Amino acid sequence: MFDIKSFYEAADVNDAVRALREDKDAILISGGTDVLIKLREGKGAGVALVSIHNIRELKEIGMDSCGDITVGAGASFSDVTNNEIIKKYINILGEAADTVGGPQIRNVGTVGGNVCNGATSADTASVLWSMDADVMLCGSEGRREVPICEFYEGPGKTVRRHDEVCTGFRIRKSEYEDFSGHYIKFGKRNAMEIATLGCVARVKLSEDKKFIEEARLAFGVAGPTPVRCRKAEEALRGMSISDPEIYERFAEAGLTEVDPRSSWRASKEFRLQLISELSKRALREALLKSGAAPCTVADIPYGPEGSTGICEEPAKAATGGGEISA
Amino acid sequence: MLKIIHMNVNGKDVELAVDERESLLDTLRNRLGLTSVKKGCEVGECGACTVLVEGKAIDSCIYLSMWADGKKIMTVEGLKGPDGDLSPIQRAFIEEAAVQCGFCTPGLIMSAVEIVGTGKKYNREELKKLISGHLCRCTGYENILNAMERIVEETYKVCGE
Repeated sequence: MFDIKSFYEAADVNDAVRALREDKDAILISGGTDVLIKLREGKGAGVALVSIHNIRELKEIGMDSCGDITVGAGASFSDVTNNEIIKKYINILGEAADTVGGPQIRNVGTVGGNVCNGATSADTASVLWSMDADVMLCGSEGRREVPICEFYEGPGKTVRRHDEVCTGFRIRKSEYEDFSGHYIKFGKRNAMEIATLGCVARVKLSEDKKFIEEARLAFGVAGPTPVRCRKAEEALRGMSISDPEIYERFAEAGLTEVDPRSSWRASKEFRLQLISELSKRALREALLKSGAAPCTVADIPYGPEGSTGICEEPAKAATGGGEISA
Repeated sequence: MLKIIHMNVNGKDVELAVDERESLLDTLRNRLGLTSVKKGCEVGECGACTVLVEGKAIDSCIYLSMWADGKKIMTVEGLKGPDGDLSPIQRAFIEEAAVQCGFCTPGLIMSAVEIVGTGKKYNREELKKLISGHLCRCTGYENILNAMERIVEETYKVCGE
Protein backbone atom coordinates (compact mmCIF):
# COMPACT_ATOMS: atom_id res chain seq x y z
CA MET A 1 0.00 0.00 0.00
CA PHE A 2 1.39 3.41 -0.95
CA ASP A 3 1.52 6.08 1.72
CA ILE A 4 -0.81 8.62 0.12
CA LYS A 5 -3.46 10.80 1.69
CA SER A 6 -5.83 10.75 -1.23
CA PHE A 7 -6.11 9.84 -4.87
CA TYR A 8 -8.07 11.67 -7.53
CA GLU A 9 -8.35 10.53 -11.14
CA ALA A 10 -8.88 13.64 -13.26
CA ALA A 11 -11.40 13.39 -16.09
CA ASP A 12 -9.54 15.86 -18.29
CA VAL A 13 -6.83 18.52 -18.12
CA ASN A 14 -9.14 21.25 -16.77
CA ASP A 15 -10.37 18.88 -14.08
CA ALA A 16 -6.76 18.20 -13.07
CA VAL A 17 -5.99 21.94 -12.95
CA ARG A 18 -9.05 22.49 -10.74
CA ALA A 19 -8.06 19.65 -8.41
CA LEU A 20 -4.53 21.04 -8.09
CA ARG A 21 -5.84 24.55 -7.42
CA GLU A 22 -8.07 23.25 -4.64
CA ASP A 23 -5.31 21.33 -2.88
CA LYS A 24 -2.05 23.21 -2.48
CA ASP A 25 -0.25 20.06 -1.32
CA ALA A 26 -1.40 17.75 -4.10
CA ILE A 27 1.04 16.52 -6.69
CA LEU A 28 0.49 15.28 -10.22
CA ILE A 29 1.02 11.66 -11.14
CA SER A 30 1.05 10.45 -14.73
CA GLY A 31 2.89 7.18 -15.47
CA GLY A 32 3.90 6.89 -11.83
CA THR A 33 7.22 5.15 -12.53
CA ASP A 34 9.07 7.87 -10.59
CA VAL A 35 6.42 9.13 -8.15
CA LEU A 36 5.44 5.70 -6.85
CA ILE A 37 9.07 4.62 -6.43
CA LYS A 38 9.79 7.76 -4.40
CA LEU A 39 6.73 7.07 -2.26
CA ARG A 40 7.94 3.54 -1.69
CA GLU A 41 11.20 5.01 -0.39
CA GLY A 42 9.22 7.19 1.98
CA LYS A 43 9.78 10.45 0.12
CA GLY A 44 6.67 12.61 -0.03
CA ALA A 45 4.75 10.28 2.26
CA GLY A 46 1.17 11.32 2.97
CA VAL A 47 0.84 13.32 -0.22
CA ALA A 48 -2.39 13.80 -2.17
CA LEU A 49 -2.22 12.53 -5.75
CA VAL A 50 -3.99 14.02 -8.74
CA SER A 51 -3.76 11.47 -11.53
CA ILE A 52 -3.67 12.32 -15.23
CA HIS A 53 -2.84 8.71 -16.10
CA ASN A 54 -5.93 7.97 -18.16
CA ILE A 55 -6.44 11.28 -19.96
CA ARG A 56 -6.52 10.32 -23.62
CA GLU A 57 -5.90 13.76 -25.10
CA LEU A 58 -2.51 13.85 -23.36
CA LYS A 59 -1.31 10.73 -25.14
CA GLU A 60 -1.65 12.03 -28.68
CA ILE A 61 1.26 12.50 -31.04
CA GLY A 62 0.50 14.47 -34.18
CA MET A 63 1.53 16.98 -36.79
CA ASP A 64 -0.30 20.24 -37.47
CA SER A 65 -0.80 21.95 -40.81
CA CYS A 66 2.50 23.88 -40.49
CA GLY A 67 4.41 20.64 -40.05
CA ASP A 68 5.09 21.23 -36.35
CA ILE A 69 4.99 18.02 -34.33
CA THR A 70 3.31 17.85 -30.95
CA VAL A 71 4.06 15.04 -28.53
CA GLY A 72 1.48 14.65 -25.77
CA ALA A 73 2.96 14.74 -22.28
CA GLY A 74 1.12 11.53 -21.43
CA ALA A 75 2.59 9.55 -24.35
CA SER A 76 4.59 6.65 -22.95
CA PHE A 77 8.19 6.08 -24.00
CA SER A 78 7.15 3.07 -26.06
CA ASP A 79 4.31 5.09 -27.66
CA VAL A 80 6.93 7.60 -28.77
CA THR A 81 9.39 4.98 -30.05
CA ASN A 82 6.72 3.13 -32.03
CA ASN A 83 4.89 6.17 -33.40
CA GLU A 84 5.06 6.48 -37.20
CA ILE A 85 5.41 10.29 -37.20
CA ILE A 86 8.28 10.12 -34.72
CA LYS A 87 9.97 7.30 -36.64
CA LYS A 88 9.75 9.22 -39.87
CA TYR A 89 10.66 12.74 -38.75
CA ILE A 90 12.34 12.73 -35.33
CA ASN A 91 13.57 9.20 -34.87
CA ILE A 92 16.23 10.38 -32.41
CA LEU A 93 13.51 11.16 -29.86
CA GLY A 94 12.20 7.61 -30.20
CA GLU A 95 15.72 6.23 -29.87
CA ALA A 96 16.34 8.23 -26.70
CA ALA A 97 12.97 7.17 -25.27
CA ASP A 98 13.98 3.57 -25.97
CA THR A 99 16.94 3.84 -23.58
CA VAL A 100 14.86 4.68 -20.50
CA GLY A 101 14.66 1.96 -17.80
CA GLY A 102 13.42 -1.35 -19.16
CA PRO A 103 10.54 -2.40 -21.45
CA GLN A 104 7.90 -2.47 -18.70
CA ILE A 105 8.90 1.01 -17.50
CA ARG A 106 8.81 2.30 -21.08
CA ASN A 107 5.25 1.01 -21.49
CA VAL A 108 4.07 3.20 -18.60
CA GLY A 109 6.51 6.07 -18.00
CA THR A 110 5.76 9.25 -19.93
CA VAL A 111 7.75 11.92 -21.74
CA GLY A 112 5.91 14.61 -19.77
CA GLY A 113 7.01 13.06 -16.50
CA ASN A 114 10.56 12.68 -17.77
CA VAL A 115 10.77 16.43 -18.40
CA CYS A 116 8.62 17.73 -15.53
CA ASN A 117 10.70 15.87 -12.93
CA GLY A 118 13.37 18.39 -13.79
CA ALA A 119 16.11 15.73 -13.80
CA THR A 120 19.23 16.50 -15.82
CA SER A 121 19.55 12.79 -16.64
CA ALA A 122 16.18 12.51 -18.42
CA ASP A 123 16.95 10.85 -21.75
CA THR A 124 14.21 12.55 -23.74
CA ALA A 125 14.89 15.96 -22.21
CA SER A 126 18.32 16.50 -23.76
CA VAL A 127 16.92 15.59 -27.18
CA LEU A 128 14.06 18.06 -26.72
CA TRP A 129 16.65 20.70 -25.69
CA SER A 130 18.54 20.10 -28.92
CA MET A 131 15.30 20.81 -30.79
CA ASP A 132 14.31 23.95 -28.88
CA ALA A 133 11.00 22.27 -28.13
CA ASP A 134 8.27 24.30 -26.45
CA VAL A 135 6.74 22.96 -23.26
CA MET A 136 2.96 23.39 -23.41
CA LEU A 137 1.37 24.18 -20.06
CA CYS A 138 -2.24 24.57 -19.02
CA GLY A 139 -3.12 26.16 -15.69
CA SER A 140 -5.84 28.19 -14.00
CA GLU A 141 -4.48 31.34 -15.63
CA GLY A 142 -4.73 29.78 -19.06
CA ARG A 143 -2.38 28.13 -21.48
CA ARG A 144 1.23 29.09 -22.14
CA GLU A 145 4.27 27.73 -23.91
CA VAL A 146 7.78 27.89 -22.50
CA PRO A 147 10.94 27.10 -24.50
CA ILE A 148 12.38 23.99 -22.88
CA CYS A 149 15.75 25.71 -22.28
CA GLU A 150 13.90 28.18 -20.01
CA PHE A 151 11.71 25.52 -18.41
CA TYR A 152 14.37 24.23 -16.02
CA GLU A 153 15.37 26.27 -12.95
CA GLY A 154 17.69 23.77 -11.31
CA PRO A 155 17.87 20.13 -10.27
CA GLY A 156 14.28 18.94 -9.86
CA LYS A 157 12.97 22.48 -10.32
CA THR A 158 11.00 23.80 -13.26
CA VAL A 159 8.91 26.89 -13.94
CA ARG A 160 5.73 24.77 -14.00
CA ARG A 161 3.40 26.30 -11.43
CA HIS A 162 1.63 24.17 -8.86
CA ASP A 163 -1.68 24.20 -10.69
CA GLU A 164 -0.24 23.78 -14.18
CA VAL A 165 -0.42 20.57 -16.15
CA CYS A 166 2.16 19.96 -18.87
CA THR A 167 0.08 18.94 -21.88
CA GLY A 168 2.85 18.27 -24.38
CA PHE A 169 5.81 19.43 -26.40
CA ARG A 170 5.90 21.28 -29.71
CA ILE A 171 8.78 20.67 -32.09
CA ARG A 172 8.95 23.11 -34.97
CA LYS A 173 9.39 21.89 -38.51
CA SER A 174 12.49 24.08 -38.94
CA GLU A 175 14.05 22.28 -35.97
CA TYR A 176 13.72 18.76 -37.37
CA GLU A 177 13.40 19.01 -41.14
CA ASP A 178 16.52 17.69 -42.92
CA PHE A 179 18.25 17.04 -39.60
CA SER A 180 19.76 13.69 -38.64
CA GLY A 181 20.86 12.95 -35.15
CA HIS A 182 22.25 10.46 -32.73
CA TYR A 183 21.79 9.99 -28.99
CA ILE A 184 24.35 8.19 -26.84
CA LYS A 185 23.46 7.18 -23.31
CA PHE A 186 26.48 6.27 -21.23
CA GLY A 187 25.86 4.08 -18.23
CA LYS A 188 27.40 1.13 -16.46
CA ARG A 189 24.61 -1.16 -17.64
CA ASN A 190 22.78 -1.37 -20.93
CA ALA A 191 19.36 -1.37 -19.29
CA MET A 192 17.61 -0.27 -16.09
CA GLU A 193 20.11 2.52 -15.87
CA ILE A 194 20.14 6.25 -15.24
CA ALA A 195 22.50 8.03 -17.60
CA THR A 196 25.98 8.83 -16.32
CA LEU A 197 26.02 11.09 -19.32
CA GLY A 198 23.67 11.59 -22.26
CA CYS A 199 24.86 13.18 -25.50
CA VAL A 200 22.77 14.41 -28.42
CA ALA A 201 24.36 15.48 -31.71
CA ARG A 202 22.26 16.52 -34.69
CA VAL A 203 23.30 17.88 -38.06
CA LYS A 204 21.73 19.41 -41.13
CA LEU A 205 23.87 19.14 -44.27
CA SER A 206 24.05 21.29 -47.38
CA GLU A 207 22.19 20.00 -50.43
CA ASP A 208 25.31 18.34 -51.87
CA LYS A 209 25.79 16.55 -48.51
CA LYS A 210 29.34 17.86 -48.18
CA PHE A 211 29.04 20.71 -45.67
CA ILE A 212 27.47 21.12 -42.27
CA GLU A 213 24.78 23.77 -42.53
CA GLU A 214 23.66 23.52 -38.93
CA ALA A 215 24.63 21.46 -35.92
CA ARG A 216 23.07 20.83 -32.53
CA LEU A 217 24.74 19.59 -29.37
CA ALA A 218 23.02 18.94 -26.06
CA PHE A 219 23.87 16.93 -22.96
CA GLY A 220 22.19 15.39 -19.98
CA VAL A 221 24.08 15.19 -16.64
CA ALA A 222 26.68 17.70 -17.87
CA GLY A 223 25.26 20.26 -15.45
CA PRO A 224 22.43 20.76 -12.97
CA THR A 225 19.94 20.76 -15.86
CA PRO A 226 20.24 19.49 -19.43
CA VAL A 227 22.50 21.82 -21.39
CA ARG A 228 22.72 23.07 -24.94
CA CYS A 229 26.15 23.90 -26.41
CA ARG A 230 25.52 26.76 -28.81
CA LYS A 231 29.20 27.70 -29.26
CA ALA A 232 29.98 24.17 -30.41
CA GLU A 233 27.06 24.35 -32.81
CA GLU A 234 28.32 27.65 -34.17
CA ALA A 235 31.87 26.27 -34.54
CA LEU A 236 30.73 23.63 -37.04
CA ARG A 237 28.69 25.88 -39.30
CA GLY A 238 29.87 25.63 -42.90
CA MET A 239 32.59 23.08 -42.22
CA SER A 240 33.25 20.17 -44.55
CA ILE A 241 32.14 16.79 -43.27
CA SER A 242 35.39 15.26 -44.50
CA ASP A 243 37.50 17.64 -42.40
CA PRO A 244 38.81 15.68 -39.38
CA GLU A 245 39.05 19.02 -37.49
CA ILE A 246 35.27 19.02 -36.95
CA TYR A 247 35.48 16.58 -34.06
CA GLU A 248 38.04 18.51 -32.01
CA ARG A 249 36.28 21.80 -32.66
CA PHE A 250 32.94 20.38 -31.63
CA ALA A 251 34.25 18.73 -28.47
CA GLU A 252 36.49 21.62 -27.39
CA ALA A 253 33.79 24.24 -27.77
CA GLY A 254 31.31 21.94 -26.06
CA LEU A 255 33.60 21.55 -23.06
CA THR A 256 33.53 25.31 -22.42
CA GLU A 257 29.74 25.24 -22.06
CA VAL A 258 29.21 22.42 -19.59
CA ASP A 259 29.41 22.22 -15.81
CA PRO A 260 29.39 18.58 -14.67
CA ARG A 261 29.67 17.56 -11.03
CA SER A 262 31.09 14.58 -9.24
CA SER A 263 28.46 12.18 -7.97
CA TRP A 264 28.48 8.59 -6.81
CA ARG A 265 27.90 7.58 -10.42
CA ALA A 266 30.97 9.27 -11.83
CA SER A 267 33.57 11.94 -11.09
CA LYS A 268 33.58 15.35 -12.72
CA GLU A 269 36.83 14.45 -14.52
CA PHE A 270 35.34 11.30 -16.00
CA ARG A 271 32.23 13.18 -17.10
CA LEU A 272 34.40 15.79 -18.83
CA GLN A 273 36.18 13.01 -20.69
CA LEU A 274 32.83 11.51 -21.65
CA ILE A 275 31.56 14.87 -22.86
CA SER A 276 34.55 15.25 -25.16
CA GLU A 277 34.53 11.69 -26.45
CA LEU A 278 30.79 11.17 -26.78
CA SER A 279 30.26 14.45 -28.63
CA LYS A 280 32.71 13.21 -31.27
CA ARG A 281 31.15 9.79 -31.53
CA ALA A 282 27.60 11.15 -31.63
CA LEU A 283 28.61 13.68 -34.30
CA ARG A 284 30.12 10.97 -36.47
CA GLU A 285 27.01 8.80 -36.14
CA ALA A 286 24.79 11.78 -36.94
CA LEU A 287 26.85 12.48 -40.06
CA LEU A 288 26.66 8.84 -41.14
CA LYS A 289 22.88 8.90 -40.67
CA SER A 290 22.52 12.11 -42.67
CA GLY A 291 22.69 10.44 -46.04
CA ALA A 292 26.24 11.56 -46.85
CA ALA A 293 28.37 8.94 -48.59
CA PRO A 294 30.19 7.13 -45.72
CA CYS A 295 33.58 7.58 -47.44
CA THR A 296 33.13 11.38 -47.28
CA VAL A 297 32.59 11.43 -43.50
CA ALA A 298 35.85 12.13 -41.68
CA ASP A 299 37.09 9.58 -39.15
CA ILE A 300 37.56 10.64 -35.56
CA PRO A 301 41.31 11.19 -35.17
CA TYR A 302 42.66 8.51 -32.80
CA GLY A 303 39.09 7.72 -32.04
CA PRO A 304 37.24 4.53 -31.10
CA GLU A 305 37.74 1.23 -32.81
CA GLY A 306 36.51 1.19 -36.37
CA SER A 307 38.05 4.50 -37.37
CA THR A 308 40.83 3.77 -39.79
CA GLY A 309 43.41 5.77 -37.86
CA ILE A 310 43.64 3.06 -35.23
CA CYS A 311 43.62 0.07 -37.53
CA GLU A 312 46.33 1.31 -39.89
CA GLU A 313 48.65 3.04 -37.50
CA PRO A 314 48.82 1.23 -34.19
CA ALA A 315 51.66 3.43 -32.95
CA LYS A 316 49.46 6.52 -33.16
CA ALA A 317 46.59 4.74 -31.54
CA ALA A 318 48.74 3.86 -28.56
CA THR A 319 49.57 7.49 -27.87
CA GLY A 320 46.25 9.01 -28.83
CA GLY A 321 43.79 6.43 -27.61
CA GLY A 322 45.20 6.32 -24.11
CA GLU A 323 44.70 2.58 -23.91
CA ILE A 324 47.04 0.51 -21.80
CA SER A 325 48.40 -2.47 -23.67
CA ALA A 326 49.12 -5.67 -21.81
CA MET B 1 -10.93 4.48 1.12
CA LEU B 2 -12.35 1.55 -0.78
CA LYS B 3 -13.43 2.14 -4.35
CA ILE B 4 -15.25 -0.19 -6.70
CA ILE B 5 -13.39 -0.99 -9.91
CA HIS B 6 -14.20 -3.23 -12.87
CA MET B 7 -11.53 -5.17 -14.70
CA ASN B 8 -11.38 -8.04 -17.10
CA VAL B 9 -8.83 -10.38 -15.58
CA ASN B 10 -7.74 -13.36 -17.68
CA GLY B 11 -10.91 -13.14 -19.75
CA LYS B 12 -13.29 -12.86 -16.79
CA ASP B 13 -15.08 -9.65 -15.79
CA VAL B 14 -14.53 -8.87 -12.15
CA GLU B 15 -15.98 -6.20 -9.91
CA LEU B 16 -14.13 -5.57 -6.70
CA ALA B 17 -13.50 -3.08 -3.97
CA VAL B 18 -9.91 -1.91 -3.75
CA ASP B 19 -8.10 0.57 -1.58
CA GLU B 20 -7.09 3.55 -3.68
CA ARG B 21 -3.57 3.29 -2.26
CA GLU B 22 -3.20 -0.26 -3.51
CA SER B 23 -0.86 -1.46 -6.23
CA LEU B 24 -2.21 -3.73 -8.95
CA LEU B 25 0.28 -6.31 -7.64
CA ASP B 26 -1.42 -6.40 -4.23
CA THR B 27 -4.89 -6.47 -5.74
CA LEU B 28 -4.08 -9.40 -8.02
CA ARG B 29 -2.32 -11.42 -5.33
CA ASN B 30 -4.35 -10.63 -2.22
CA ARG B 31 -7.84 -9.98 -3.54
CA LEU B 32 -7.90 -12.30 -6.53
CA GLY B 33 -5.43 -14.97 -5.37
CA LEU B 34 -3.38 -14.76 -8.56
CA THR B 35 -0.10 -15.73 -6.94
CA SER B 36 1.79 -16.19 -10.21
CA VAL B 37 2.31 -12.44 -9.88
CA LYS B 38 5.42 -12.26 -7.70
CA LYS B 39 6.35 -9.51 -5.31
CA GLY B 40 10.06 -8.84 -5.75
CA CYS B 41 11.76 -5.48 -5.46
CA GLU B 42 8.55 -3.38 -5.40
CA VAL B 43 10.33 -0.55 -7.23
CA GLY B 44 10.06 -1.65 -10.85
CA GLU B 45 13.58 -3.04 -11.13
CA CYS B 46 13.20 -6.82 -11.12
CA GLY B 47 10.17 -7.53 -13.33
CA ALA B 48 8.87 -10.40 -11.17
CA CYS B 49 5.46 -8.69 -10.94
CA THR B 50 5.06 -8.20 -14.69
CA VAL B 51 1.50 -8.56 -15.98
CA LEU B 52 -0.18 -7.42 -19.19
CA VAL B 53 -2.46 -4.39 -19.10
CA GLU B 54 -4.26 -4.04 -22.43
CA GLY B 55 -1.65 -6.37 -23.91
CA LYS B 56 1.33 -4.37 -22.68
CA ALA B 57 3.81 -5.68 -20.13
CA ILE B 58 3.98 -3.47 -17.05
CA ASP B 59 5.44 -3.72 -13.56
CA SER B 60 2.31 -4.19 -11.43
CA CYS B 61 4.19 -3.14 -8.26
CA ILE B 62 4.31 0.47 -9.47
CA TYR B 63 0.88 0.54 -11.10
CA LEU B 64 -2.10 1.73 -9.07
CA SER B 65 -5.11 -0.56 -9.13
CA MET B 66 -7.30 2.50 -9.71
CA TRP B 67 -5.68 2.84 -13.13
CA ALA B 68 -6.73 -0.69 -14.06
CA ASP B 69 -10.41 0.26 -13.83
CA GLY B 70 -12.07 -0.71 -17.13
CA LYS B 71 -8.96 -2.45 -18.45
CA LYS B 72 -7.99 -5.95 -19.55
CA ILE B 73 -5.41 -7.64 -17.34
CA MET B 74 -3.59 -10.87 -18.03
CA THR B 75 -1.46 -13.01 -15.73
CA VAL B 76 0.15 -16.44 -16.17
CA GLU B 77 -3.06 -18.03 -14.84
CA GLY B 78 -4.78 -16.75 -17.98
CA LEU B 79 -2.49 -18.75 -20.28
CA LYS B 80 -3.97 -22.08 -19.22
CA GLY B 81 -5.72 -23.96 -22.01
CA PRO B 82 -9.29 -25.30 -21.67
CA ASP B 83 -8.02 -28.69 -20.42
CA GLY B 84 -5.43 -27.14 -18.17
CA ASP B 85 -2.68 -27.50 -20.81
CA LEU B 86 0.37 -25.33 -20.71
CA SER B 87 0.77 -22.68 -23.40
CA PRO B 88 3.49 -23.10 -26.04
CA ILE B 89 5.46 -20.35 -24.28
CA GLN B 90 5.40 -22.24 -20.99
CA ARG B 91 6.37 -25.47 -22.78
CA ALA B 92 9.32 -23.73 -24.42
CA PHE B 93 10.53 -22.60 -20.97
CA ILE B 94 10.32 -26.17 -19.69
CA GLU B 95 11.92 -27.77 -22.74
CA GLU B 96 14.84 -25.35 -22.68
CA ALA B 97 15.27 -25.73 -18.89
CA ALA B 98 14.80 -21.98 -18.57
CA VAL B 99 13.40 -22.34 -15.05
CA GLN B 100 15.40 -22.88 -11.89
CA CYS B 101 13.95 -21.39 -8.71
CA GLY B 102 11.04 -20.07 -10.77
CA PHE B 103 10.55 -16.70 -9.11
CA CYS B 104 11.29 -14.65 -12.23
CA THR B 105 9.51 -17.07 -14.55
CA PRO B 106 5.91 -15.76 -14.48
CA GLY B 107 7.09 -12.23 -15.22
CA LEU B 108 9.34 -13.39 -18.05
CA ILE B 109 6.52 -15.47 -19.50
CA MET B 110 4.22 -12.44 -19.55
CA SER B 111 6.89 -10.41 -21.34
CA ALA B 112 7.22 -13.34 -23.75
CA VAL B 113 3.47 -13.15 -24.42
CA GLU B 114 3.83 -9.50 -25.39
CA ILE B 115 6.92 -10.19 -27.52
CA VAL B 116 5.44 -13.22 -29.29
CA GLY B 117 2.19 -11.32 -29.82
CA THR B 118 3.91 -8.86 -32.14
CA GLY B 119 4.50 -11.75 -34.59
CA LYS B 120 7.91 -10.27 -35.38
CA LYS B 121 11.10 -12.27 -35.61
CA TYR B 122 13.71 -11.06 -33.16
CA ASN B 123 17.35 -12.07 -33.00
CA ARG B 124 19.12 -12.92 -29.76
CA GLU B 125 20.48 -9.40 -29.25
CA GLU B 126 17.02 -7.89 -29.69
CA LEU B 127 15.57 -10.44 -27.27
CA LYS B 128 18.20 -9.52 -24.70
CA LYS B 129 16.98 -5.95 -24.82
CA LEU B 130 13.34 -7.02 -24.69
CA ILE B 131 13.84 -9.00 -21.47
CA SER B 132 16.15 -6.43 -19.87
CA GLY B 133 13.41 -5.45 -17.43
CA HIS B 134 13.71 -8.81 -15.68
CA LEU B 135 16.25 -10.06 -13.18
CA CYS B 136 17.04 -13.77 -12.92
CA ARG B 137 19.61 -14.76 -10.30
CA CYS B 138 19.75 -18.48 -11.19
CA THR B 139 19.97 -19.23 -14.87
CA GLY B 140 22.46 -16.70 -16.23
CA TYR B 141 19.75 -15.97 -18.83
CA GLU B 142 21.16 -18.33 -21.48
CA ASN B 143 18.36 -20.87 -21.27
CA ILE B 144 15.76 -18.13 -20.96
CA LEU B 145 17.05 -16.66 -24.21
CA ASN B 146 17.05 -20.13 -25.77
CA ALA B 147 13.39 -20.51 -24.80
CA MET B 148 12.58 -17.04 -26.13
CA GLU B 149 14.34 -17.75 -29.42
CA ARG B 150 12.53 -21.05 -29.74
CA ILE B 151 9.06 -19.62 -29.16
CA VAL B 152 9.66 -16.59 -31.35
CA GLU B 153 10.88 -18.92 -34.11
CA GLU B 154 7.91 -21.30 -33.72
CA THR B 155 5.40 -18.46 -33.77
CA TYR B 156 7.02 -16.83 -36.76
CA LYS B 157 6.81 -20.11 -38.71
CA VAL B 158 3.09 -20.31 -38.06
CA CYS B 159 2.03 -16.66 -38.27
CA GLY B 160 4.78 -14.80 -40.10
CA GLU B 161 4.72 -11.08 -39.69
